Amino acid sequence: MSDLPQYLYIIAIVLFALSLRWMGEVKSARRGNWAAALGMVLAIIGTLIAYQVQRTDLLIAGVVVGTIIGLPIGLKVRMTGVPQRTAASHAFGSLAVALVGTAEFYQRAPAIDIFAVSVLSAEMILGYLTFTGSCIAFAKLQGLIPGRPFVYRGRNFVNLSVLGVAIVLGIFLVIDPGQGFVLPIMAGFALLFGFVLVMAIGGADMPTVIAILNSYAGISAAALGFVLNNRVLIVAGALDGSSGFILAVIMSQAMNRSFVNVLFGGVGAVVSAGSPGSAQTGRTVQAYTVDDVATVLEGAKSVIIVPGYGMAVAQAQHVVKELADVLEKSDIDVKYAIHPVAGRMPGHMNVLLAEAQVPYDQLLEMDRINPLFPETDVAIVVGANDVTNPAARTKPDSPLYGMPILDVDKAKTVVFVKRSMNPGFSGVDNELFYLPNTMMVFGDAKKVLGELLAALKRR
Amino acid sequence: MADAVQTDLAVNLLIFLMATFLGLELVRHVSRLLHTPLMSLTNAISSVSFVAALIVMVDPKNDLILFLVTIAVGLAATNIVSGFVITDRILRMFKRDRPKK
Repeated sequence: MSDLPQYLYIIAIVLFALSLRWMGEVKSARRGNWAAALGMVLAIIGTLIAYQVQRTDLLIAGVVVGTIIGLPIGLKVRMTGVPQRTAASHAFGSLAVALVGTAEFYQRAPAIDIFAVSVLSAEMILGYLTFTGSCIAFAKLQGLIPGRPFVYRGRNFVNLSVLGVAIVLGIFLVIDPGQGFVLPIMAGFALLFGFVLVMAIGGADMPTVIAILNSYAGISAAALGFVLNNRVLIVAGALDGSSGFILAVIMSQAMNRSFVNVLFGGVGAVVSAGSPGSAQTGRTVQAYTVDDVATVLEGAKSVIIVPGYGMAVAQAQHVVKELADVLEKSDIDVKYAIHPVAGRMPGHMNVLLAEAQVPYDQLLEMDRINPLFPETDVAIVVGANDVTNPAARTKPDSPLYGMPILDVDKAKTVVFVKRSMNPGFSGVDNELFYLPNTMMVFGDAKKVLGELLAALKRR
Repeated sequence: MADAVQTDLAVNLLIFLMATFLGLELVRHVSRLLHTPLMSLTNAISSVSFVAALIVMVDPKNDLILFLVTIAVGLAATNIVSGFVITDRILRMFKRDRPKK
């Protein structure tokens, strides 16, 4: 009977692994989610059997408060708000591990062994920096603070110095765990580092940042597992850490950033370095009306819609879906091209379109959709920009050069819906605008598509 | 005693590495379609730090420690509840069927 918690832990670990397996495809994904939830319950039951918690009043209070806060978040957050929710949950999760680490240190100091205090110091630094980093990511995504990167000369030196001080203080704690007063100072520097690190990163790079913070939160949870000698923590933390790591790599590859660049978190520097010199060139573009577009669509057999985050900002996903329905009724084949960094977090665009009831088998990722563009009659770009810029393929001097893009320009006709001629976040002019097969339609995405819909219905 | 700790460390390291490899393999095969719910799921899973808070809560030396872990319990519980609920909500939106005329 005394082994029961161990077996519950093993079942929980198997369920966690299975849940990731089932998350692999849509048809089993919901099962995966509930498998993980069951695993969580078993892990908690196992722990409660193995360890006699005396203050059940505080435990229950914590769970009740957590449910009162967590349930409305889970039920109410809009799909456009999921990236913010994710950043907030990274903040909560990393603060939780950092606080447990802090508590465990004070619990065992000064007689704490060198291994435990070393891991705890690292875990606390990682946890606290992830906390403030995630808070800033949340604030940027929510629009509470400007999304543009806060950069100045020598910021990398300052930032690394802050981290360096935190690490030195951590080492000091390892050498003399009796000096407990050092811990809050170390935590303060770690908090400051997370703050300055993410402040320096632009809002458009948030998909990568969120994935990195996800990884950090997982790794710090696993570290805690080492200190407490708790395997379910180690495994869950490792799964979370590796998942965030892979997503960060995918995001960085999709933006053509080096891997070191990702791990260091220095994203945003590339963007600010690239903007000058590629300003407006004085070239003019041809603006078309909604009726022109309707005429072209009438003669089309196949259409690919290329959505970007601008579509979600304009709340245009439902109009896009209506437009697709109308086109499909006229026997036009409709597909969606999803760039890996479309949206504000990995996979975000798929969720936004799924919410608008777009069937998921119409959502094609970059590698699958790109070969289809040459045989497509019309590509409609809504709220995307840099990820369609052919300069990424053709102009070695462009800051975008080398970034994998959607080959929109290869479609017979490109309809580009755009609010104004302002360049994308990279500050680079889009070559696509000046191609002879491109029709620029200016205006708010929702309004333009609504008018297009009306024009099509009139015919 | 020192020996026991050493052995545990080696076993734990092995478990950590195996879990990392497993995680890398599993996540690599997750459809890009589902990367958002994947992240909210793994986030909920990592809130198993709830368990860590419970363990430290068993015999706290002073009120500061008790206070810290109680806050941690609340934070982790928030993540567990919101994480699984929102992941399910996101996944319910993915539908294949389209209204065919």
